[in-house]
Amino acid sequence: MVATTNEVSVATGVKGTTTLLDIRNVAKSFGPNPVLRDISLQIAEGEFLTILGESGSGKTTLLRIIAGFESADAGEIWMAGERLDRQPPYRRRVNTVFQHYALFPHLTVAENVGYGLRVAKVAKDEIAARVEQALAMVKMAAFAQSKPAKISGGQQQRIALARALVNRPRLLLLDEPLSALDANLRRQMQVELKSLQREVGIAFVFVTHDQEEAMVMSDRIALLRLGELEQVASPREIYSRPATAYTAQFIGHTNLLRGEIKDGIARCSGLSWRTGFRDGPALFSLRPENIRLANAATASGVVRLRGKISRQAFHGATELLQLECAEGLMVSVRTATRENWQGELELEFSPADAVPVRESEERH
Amino acid sequence: MSACHRDFRASGWLPWHAVAVFAFLYLPIVTLIVYSFNGQGVGGFPPRNLTLDWYRMLFADDAIWQSVLNSLLVAVAAVTIALAFGIPAALALDRANFPGKAVFRRLVLLPLILPGIITGLSLLMLFREADVKLSLVTIILGHGTALISVATTEVFAGLQKLDRAQEEASLDLGANYWQTFWRVTIPNLRLSIIGAALLIFTLSMDEIAVSFFLIGRDNTLPLEIWGRLRRGITPEINAISSIIFVFSLVVIVIWYRLRVREGQPEIAAELGP
Repeated sequence: MVATTNEVSVATGVKGTTTLLDIRNVAKSFGPNPVLRDISLQIAEGEFLTILGESGSGKTTLLRIIAGFESADAGEIWMAGERLDRQPPYRRRVNTVFQHYALFPHLTVAENVGYGLRVAKVAKDEIAARVEQALAMVKMAAFAQSKPAKISGGQQQRIALARALVNRPRLLLLDEPLSALDANLRRQMQVELKSLQREVGIAFVFVTHDQEEAMVMSDRIALLRLGELEQVASPREIYSRPATAYTAQFIGHTNLLRGEIKDGIARCSGLSWRTGFRDGPALFSLRPENIRLANAATASGVVRLRGKISRQAFHGATELLQLECAEGLMVSVRTATRENWQGELELEFSPADAVPVRESEERH
Repeated sequence: MSACHRDFRASGWLPWHAVAVFAFLYLPIVTLIVYSFNGQGVGGFPPRNLTLDWYRMLFADDAIWQSVLNSLLVAVAAVTIALAFGIPAALALDRANFPGKAVFRRLVLLPLILPGIITGLSLLMLFREADVKLSLVTIILGHGTALISVATTEVFAGLQKLDRAQEEASLDLGANYWQTFWRVTIPNLRLSIIGAALLIFTLSMDEIAVSFFLIGRDNTLPLEIWGRLRRGITPEINAISSIIFVFSLVVIVIWYRLRVREGQPEIAAELGP
């Protein structure tokens, strides 16, 4: 059941059309170091948006600015027509799931989940009912009276989620909530988190450095690099149409081919193909799975290349080959597993799969 | 075989060594307690004619009980003053930035290191200058101010261990700064605060040097005992000392239990057997 809802979400992409959160030209420095530069980003109602980036990209800072734990040096944040960035964190209808959960050790699981409601002076009966409902939602009802120290990391994660969602926020922020879990539990939680998000219909802003996680869960990915947005798009779009060389390399695995376009012909390391892009120096991203063994039947409309196998890595269902081609060109090719790869191979790819990307400038 | 034998003999000394250390530490206390039951008074060995007379005498001795009450009053007041000033000072050290912070951090520790005589004498001179009449109030002020450093250091250590994300989580869940302080910060500091309170209480209860300078007409217990000792030891003193010892023991056990129950194994290991 869980798996099917996940499939559907990937197929439909961005759901809501109304903008919930509007981040306008936000900038932030710590001392002399700029951490965020001119970030503008809209998040739709009910959307699952992932802020993806390496450590030091500024993704956690952006999240903390939305939550209200840091203030932006410049720019504005609006939520549903109201200025958000001038309000203290406790007035924002935004809740956070912290990286290490930050559960209150002196309170039981039920008291942790009910904290926000108690502070808001909700009636006792209602608190009890909503806490029970929230615990049932994350399948933790049996642990209501436990102390956080007595439950496992995965369980603490669920409680942190319940504690945030019980307040019915407009927006839920998640700061690398899965990074402390081991690989199997992590994959399981990715699926659960995604289906939970569909169930409650609240917009999620999820911060991670793990591109696979981002691809599996998100409606859209905002890729952050050195404090600037590199690209914002759906996982499929960002994978198949990366805008920059950095994006192409960070999301998945790619070959970058450097060449030139002249009179509608792209030339690159002895290869050439017809292209509709404008003349000038060019950089192409070519995914390893888009290069295949040459097939006599498809001789026209493809680019052929020969290469000698220099390295081979077994990945289970597929195999990643490193080939040395003419003019020192190295390409990675992903193929179905086969026993013996040897010597030279004749390969081909469709020109449409060579996606032109912008150079990613060096910044410090 | 013979190697085993040698090992055994070598390790045979260690228990004896431990016994000697233990005896050195506890024999005086045991003697004190045993002689509080001795019918012959403080003289005579071995103790003979076990009796509760000294305790009876003690319970009839109003002057001693008055001094015990005075000491309790002073200790409770000193705890209150030290915590009331020490907790904000620790918070300032932990999270505020102000000029002279590094100096403040060192200076706040000074009264802890300073000999009691100096603290006592300087407070006495201050009260003289200010024309304050010496009484229990001056002792309370003396203990309270001298022990602020204990409260500050204990609570500061607790704050350093506190996960700041917890306070952020509280703000995030809708609690304002004040509510967060009472609902999250203080409960997390509970052990540090109780620890500081117990320590200050104990230090104040047996403090002599500072009290000696600031005493008015009402004696605290240590000064009462000290005054009586000048007229010769009576087993009544042993009796009150034994009661204080048992009382302290109970406090320590309660404190230890509390820490173990709150799941702080590193401290349990420190104090454990």
